Amino acid sequence: MAGNGSNGSAPAVRGPAYPIEDHTYDVVVVGAGGSGLRAVVGCSEAGLKTACITKVFPTRSHTVAAQGGIAASLGNMGEDDWRWHMYDTVKGADWLGDQDTIEYMCRNAPAAVYELEHWGLPFSRREDGKIYQRPFGGMTTHFGKGTAQRTCAAADRTGHAMLHTMYGQALRHSAEFYIEFFAIDLIMDEDGRCRGVIALKLDDGTLHRFRAHMTILATGGYGRAYFSCTSAHTCTGDGNAMMLRAGLPLQDMEFVQFHPTGIYGAGCLITEGARGEGAYLVNGEGERFMERYAPSAKDLASRDVVSRAMTIEIREGRGCGKLKDHIHLHLDHLDPAVLAERLPGISESARIFAGVDLSREPVPIVPTVHYNMGGIATNYHGEALTKKGGNDDCVVPGLMALGEAACVSVHGANRLGSNSLIDLVVFGRAAAMRCAEILTPNDKHPDLPKDSADLSLSRLDKFRNASGSTGTAQMRIKMQKVMQSNCAVFRTGQVLQEGIKLIDEVLGGVPDIKVTDRSLIWNSDLIETLEFDNLIAQAVVTMHAAANRTESRGAHAREDHPERDDKTWMKHTLTWLDRNGKVTIDYRPVHTYTLTNEVSYIEPKARVY
Amino acid sequence: MVQFNLPKNSRLTEGKTWARPSAAREVREYRIYRFNPEDGHNPRVDTYYVDTGDCGPMVLDALIWIKNNIDPTLTFRRSCREGVCGSCAMNIDGRNTLACTKDMADIGGTVKVYPLPHQPVVKDLVPDLTNFYAQYASIEPWLHTSSPTPEKEWRQSHGDRTKLDGLYECILCACCSTSCPSYWWNSERFLGPAALLQAQRWIVDSRDEATGERLDNLEDPFRLYRCHTIMNCANACPKHLNPAKAIAEIKQKMVERKV
Repeated sequence: MAGNGSNGSAPAVRGPAYPIEDHTYDVVVVGAGGSGLRAVVGCSEAGLKTACITKVFPTRSHTVAAQGGIAASLGNMGEDDWRWHMYDTVKGADWLGDQDTIEYMCRNAPAAVYELEHWGLPFSRREDGKIYQRPFGGMTTHFGKGTAQRTCAAADRTGHAMLHTMYGQALRHSAEFYIEFFAIDLIMDEDGRCRGVIALKLDDGTLHRFRAHMTILATGGYGRAYFSCTSAHTCTGDGNAMMLRAGLPLQDMEFVQFHPTGIYGAGCLITEGARGEGAYLVNGEGERFMERYAPSAKDLASRDVVSRAMTIEIREGRGCGKLKDHIHLHLDHLDPAVLAERLPGISESARIFAGVDLSREPVPIVPTVHYNMGGIATNYHGEALTKKGGNDDCVVPGLMALGEAACVSVHGANRLGSNSLIDLVVFGRAAAMRCAEILTPNDKHPDLPKDSADLSLSRLDKFRNASGSTGTAQMRIKMQKVMQSNCAVFRTGQVLQEGIKLIDEVLGGVPDIKVTDRSLIWNSDLIETLEFDNLIAQAVVTMHAAANRTESRGAHAREDHPERDDKTWMKHTLTWLDRNGKVTIDYRPVHTYTLTNEVSYIEPKARVY
Repeated sequence: MVQFNLPKNSRLTEGKTWARPSAAREVREYRIYRFNPEDGHNPRVDTYYVDTGDCGPMVLDALIWIKNNIDPTLTFRRSCREGVCGSCAMNIDGRNTLACTKDMADIGGTVKVYPLPHQPVVKDLVPDLTNFYAQYASIEPWLHTSSPTPEKEWRQSHGDRTKLDGLYECILCACCSTSCPSYWWNSERFLGPAALLQAQRWIVDSRDEATGERLDNLEDPFRLYRCHTIMNCANACPKHLNPAKAIAEIKQKMVERKV
């Protein structure tokens, strides 16, 4: 394969040349979580020559950690309708979601779940053999009137069951995997078309250039920009950062979801499904305080609402424990048989990470960073969008984004629990269908631009030889502390302005970074540095976007601007980051229309649970 | 004469003892296997002192603490840090387990950390699991059906679904297979406990219609029958699964279909 790309090996800035191996595909998917694998399977089925590049073995991707379930209006537990699911999602998103894409997701959700079941996903079952569905936050029937049981579950290990099932399907289709390859940067040509991606092979340090007619970024979120998060260590938003370096924008980055129930101290997730099965929150005075904040939905209000309520309780001195700095989640009233059958995973997590037997005592929990609603703007085909020449929905040719990396935007300002897993498979499938529609298998590739590897090589070389005075870990902790204290559940203009100053300082310190490991084989010091470089770019645009949005909507709660302001702010934020660390902000309108006339646009109204 | 000497480059040497953190009140001694394939030296065991007051409770916390504060070259896999992704499987205190769920308080004295045994070492605590993954793929871990696919879900009774419990939870960490002496000897031909547990997961799935073919695929003196019920697998599994039991059930099925 070597030499296929005709550019040969490129000279490094310093030291010897890095040999480059070339690969040519119709489609290259970066990331092997739920959305990446679904796209890989779909593209393979369509006869497209498809490769999947992933920095971890596929079943180690963070989809594996999803617990509670996957939302779809199957109606197995009672009446349900995809339009109700759509209404809940629009309301959960606080009217920042695009209603055409939300319609697409909710309408296609049942088929996507049946497909997973046909692939072998071991869903929990009702007595009659149908898939078991549990209540989840913000999921209602009849447009907010009743409680829906819409979240399909495999005990509390739904993501694990789903990821393993999908990896099995990928094996069945003999998909080509490049495992433990770290994607460095996109290859963009002078017309703004994405032509592929360059990746570093971890186990021998060689560089690989992947040419593709379509590059799909399914690289996940960037939870690790924060000090305490439920996200895995590998959640560093590498695809998002590649976008920024390619001079393309990210959308709605100010919207960071705090999950109400991360284990106090460890940060590990306790599923919202626990509350779906009847668990409830209690403050230091023994009060079930959610009744005050969400009289109707109570503990099953939307995640942003519950996280804010908990934060207020703690701030006003009604927290639990010696330091009054956390909240208790009670499951001890639940039938031990229910715990064993439906919540075995969190029973184990609580024991290991909180030292708690949750059949007897409450679990100490705090709101913990969990999900990034923001990311790469896309349409409902998964095609990446930018704003150019007056076109708000300008497609970036050759580039798609999926899953947490994408901002479709179905989750708007706040994602509902169990809507992320369905997002993965619905849009993973949609992207594959779009590829099948617009690409011809084995189509000829035009020559790559002469400088196709330059961006990747200069970046790699810079960090491989970085000999500043501050280690990556020190830089990373600085960034994480700033994000944690200045861009949290509640925000004010003053705190965010200070946050901008502090996070820009961290970014300014990158040239002084020190990498100790100089090896080529499995150089995890180098990889962590490249990941930090990705994280800090996203942290910077997140902070700037948060300071810029002077209203409260969904997960973005401004104490100095407590109201939602639809007149000024019902629009998506786009943020660009240039090479000098300067952030540029612009906007795209929210899609205030639906895809078909089977459902009409849901008008904004006050969001009460 | 058969040579029983190990290759020269596999001999462990005494490595570096890294400085104690000066401000630490309480330290924990860690002895960690190091191997750098690029320096031409034999593997060595380095000694580190971890400041337990500044570090989380798990062995993975200690490894990360060392990487962040003492030696950034220390190399290991990790991701979810909550025992579901299976990345940080290694040999700790003489047992295969996940570093992220292994509390160092449960270990007496010096904490010894080695890579998973009997796998080629790529670097430090990172083993090459290519063969392990290929064996997993060989059991065809997807639903095989020939009946027409229903419009909605395949029905599966609550009781039939319960049969998958204890099997589907496997995280492919390889702790079991790499603790199995039979696998150590015959890892090219014996599928090992992890792949066989997964095989059983599909054999007992009431929706699967290829039980016969699946059993045919395992009917082999090595692939299945190299299990000698040593039971190390069940002891090692950090998810408390019992691969040995799954293997016994496959063997039982083999007998049943013959009589």
